[in-house]
Amino acid sequence: MDAIILQILNGLDKGSAYALIALGLTLIFGTLGVVNFAHGALFMIGAFCAVTLSRLLSISHEVIDETRTDFLGNPLKVDVPYLYDIFGETTGAAIIDWAVPLSILFTIPVMILVGVVMERGLIKHFYKRPHADQILVTFGLAIVLQEVIKYYYGANPIPTPAPEAFTGSFDFGALIGFEPNTIIYPYWRLVYFAFAAVIIAAVFAFLQFTTFGMVVRAGMADRETVGLLGIDIDRRFTIMFGLAAAVAGLAGVMYTPIVSPNYHMGMDFLVLSFVVVVVGGMGSLSGAVLAGFLLGILESFASMAWVLDTIPGLNQIVIYLVAIIILLVRPRGLLGRKGVMED
Amino acid sequence: MLGLDKKDTSLLLLVVVLTMAAPFLLNPFPEGSGMAQFNAGYPDLMQRFVIFGIFAIGFNILFGLTGYLSFGHAAFLGVGSYAAMWMFKLFGMNVLPALFLAVVLSGLFAMLIGYISLRRSGIYFSILTLAFAMMSYALAYSVLATDMDGPDQQGLLQKGLTGGETGLQLTLTDPRIFGEASTEDGNIPVPNLFGIEMRAATDLEIGNWVFTFSAGYYFAAVVMLISFYLSIRIFRSPFGMMLRAIKSNQQRLNYTGLNPKPYMLAAFVISGMYAGLAGGLMAAMDPLAGPERMFWTASGEVVLMTILGGVGTLIGPVLGAGAIKYMENILSKINSDILHSWFAFLPDGLEDFVVALIYPFIGKGWHLTLGIIFMLVVIFLPGGLVEGGQRIKRLFGRGKSAEDANKPGKATTPAE
Repeated sequence: MDAIILQILNGLDKGSAYALIALGLTLIFGTLGVVNFAHGALFMIGAFCAVTLSRLLSISHEVIDETRTDFLGNPLKVDVPYLYDIFGETTGAAIIDWAVPLSILFTIPVMILVGVVMERGLIKHFYKRPHADQILVTFGLAIVLQEVIKYYYGANPIPTPAPEAFTGSFDFGALIGFEPNTIIYPYWRLVYFAFAAVIIAAVFAFLQFTTFGMVVRAGMADRETVGLLGIDIDRRFTIMFGLAAAVAGLAGVMYTPIVSPNYHMGMDFLVLSFVVVVVGGMGSLSGAVLAGFLLGILESFASMAWVLDTIPGLNQIVIYLVAIIILLVRPRGLLGRKGVMED
Repeated sequence: MLGLDKKDTSLLLLVVVLTMAAPFLLNPFPEGSGMAQFNAGYPDLMQRFVIFGIFAIGFNILFGLTGYLSFGHAAFLGVGSYAAMWMFKLFGMNVLPALFLAVVLSGLFAMLIGYISLRRSGIYFSILTLAFAMMSYALAYSVLATDMDGPDQQGLLQKGLTGGETGLQLTLTDPRIFGEASTEDGNIPVPNLFGIEMRAATDLEIGNWVFTFSAGYYFAAVVMLISFYLSIRIFRSPFGMMLRAIKSNQQRLNYTGLNPKPYMLAAFVISGMYAGLAGGLMAAMDPLAGPERMFWTASGEVVLMTILGGVGTLIGPVLGAGAIKYMENILSKINSDILHSWFAFLPDGLEDFVVALIYPFIGKGWHLTLGIIFMLVVIFLPGGLVEGGQRIKRLFGRGKSAEDANKPGKATTPAE
C-alpha cells in the first residue's frame, strides 16, 4: 500500500508538468487550430526566466571587508548583492533565496508577451495552411528559440535551487498514518503539484466563469458564428495564445528546482506532451489534464524495481505503448469530442 | 533511356555526372589556401552527402507523394544500421549481404509500424510514428542491450542485440563464418566489397589541389544513383500517380472504389527500406551503430532536408541533404579567429562589431542558422530550394511558364 502511494506521489510532479504543457497545447489547438511544436520551447523559456531573475537578483558589487583577511593577510574582498544595500542583509538574502517563486511574477508578463508576439508575428499566417506546414514552421521556431537560449546561457544545465524552506524531504507516510520512513517525499514536488493544481483550476475557472472565457469557449465551438455576432474573436484567441504560453512558462519556472534548466529540456517534454494531448483527446482540456497525470503516474509505476525486473526498460516505453494502444482503440482519445481531427 | 522520358534522363545523367565528379567539384580551393576549409571533397563528408541523400529520397517518396508526415523515420535508419552490423559480425565483412539484410529487416519493420500507423492520418500519423521511433530508441538504448548470454559467458550477446549506449561494435571474437575473425596482423577486418576496402582511398595531386577518391564514396554514390533512378521510376509510375491521388483527395479515391491503404503501406515500406539502406551504408562506411541514430532529432533532420530541398520534387531531397550536411560540417568549423581574419580589412571597431554580429550563427551556433533558414523556407518558399531555382529561372524569363506549371514541385495541394 505504501509503495503504491509512493509511486503515485512520484508520478505527480512529472504528471503535473505534462498536464500543464498539454493544457497549453490543447488551448492553442482548440482555439486557433494550430499544432504548436514550439510549445516545449515556451516551457524552456519559462525555466530560463527563473534563471534570469535569480541572476538579476544576485548582481553584486565588491566590498572590502576589513574584519576578515585572505591567506596573504590582505583585507578580503567580498561580493555584496545590491539587494543587501537596498533591503538590508536578512531581507535581501531572503529575496535571493526565494528567486524561483518570485520569478512567477516576472514570468507571466514575459511569457504573455512572447506568446502574443509569436502568434501575431508568425502563427497568424499559418491558419490557412495545412497542419503539416504548421508543425514544420513551429518545429523550426523551436530550434531557433532553443539555439538562442543555448547561445546566451550555454549548453550546460544551470542549477536553480528551491528556497531554503522547501529543500529536503519530509515523511509523508507518518502524516497519513503509515509507518514512519516508508514514504519520504521532497517538499518541492508537493509544492509543484499544488501549484499545478492551482494553475489548472485557475484556467478552468477563467474559461468557465468569466465573460471572456465564455466568449472563448463559444469561439472554440463555432468560430464563425461568434464572429458574425460582432465579436472580435481573433483578438481573444491571440490573448488565449499568450495565456497558454504563460501556463507553459509557469510550468517551466517551478520545474527548475526539480531538473536544472538546459536548452533542450523543452524538446524532451514536448514529445511526451504531444503524446499526452493525443491520449487525452485533441481539443479536450480536461482530457489533457487527466491524461497528463495518468501518464505521469503510470510512468512512475513502470519504474518500480520489481516491474523493471520483469520487463526491463518498461518505464521508458510505457507512455508510447499506451499512446499507440489508445490511438488505435479509441482514436479520439480518452475525453475527446467526436469528430475533432478524427479520421 | 532506361524507361525514362527525355527530361528525366537528362536529370539522371546530370546527377550521375555530378556525383561521379564530386571529388573534383567539391574541392574547388587549393590545399593550404584560406578558402580550403570550404572544401567538402573529403570522403567522410561526401559519403554523408550521398547516404543522407538516399535517406531523404526515401522520405520524399512517403511525404512528397502522399503528404503523410512521418516524424519517426530514423527508426528504420537505426534498424538498418544494426542489421548491417550483425551481418558483419556473423557472416563476414562483405557489404552486399549486410545491405541486403538492412533493407529487408527495415522493410519488415516498416511494414509492422506502417500497418498500425497508417490507420490514422494527419497529426495522429505524425505522432504515432514519433511514438514508435521513440519506443525503438528506448528499446535499443536499454531493453535490447541487456545481457542475454547469462552471467558466465562472454559471447556475442553479452551486450544484448544493440549494445546500448556505447552502440554495437565489431570485436575480434565475432564468428564471421564466411570471413575471418581478425586480419593477419590481429586487427578487426574492414567492411569491403569483394576485397575492395571501403576506407581505401587514393590521392591525386594536381598543382596545389589534392583530390581524394575513396572506394567507400563511390560505392555509396552508385547505390545512391540506383536509388535515385528507382525513385524517378516510382514518381512516374501509375503507382506514383496513385500516391499523388491520395495526397490530393483521399475521399474521392475512396468513392471511386479504390482502397488507398495498400498503396499507402507500400509507399511507407519502400521509404522505410530506403532509410534502412541508408542506415546499412552508414554502418558499412564506419562499422558502428548506436541508438542515437533512432532519436527523434534524427527523424527531424530528414524532414528538414526534404523540406529545404523541395518536397515532392525528384532532386530536392538530395539537394537538401547536401545543403544541411555541408552546413553542419563547414559552418560549424568556422571560429571567431577565422572570422577576424576575414574582416581584417575593416577598421578595428567595425571588425569587432561585424564579427560579434556573425558569431552566433557559426561554429556551435550553426543550428541557429539552420533553424532560421528552415523557417524562412517554410514561410516563403514551400517548394524549397527547387522552387527557389524555378523562381529565379522564371525571373530571367528563360523558363516556359506552361511547362513549369506541370512540374511536381509546383503541386502545393494540401494533404487533406
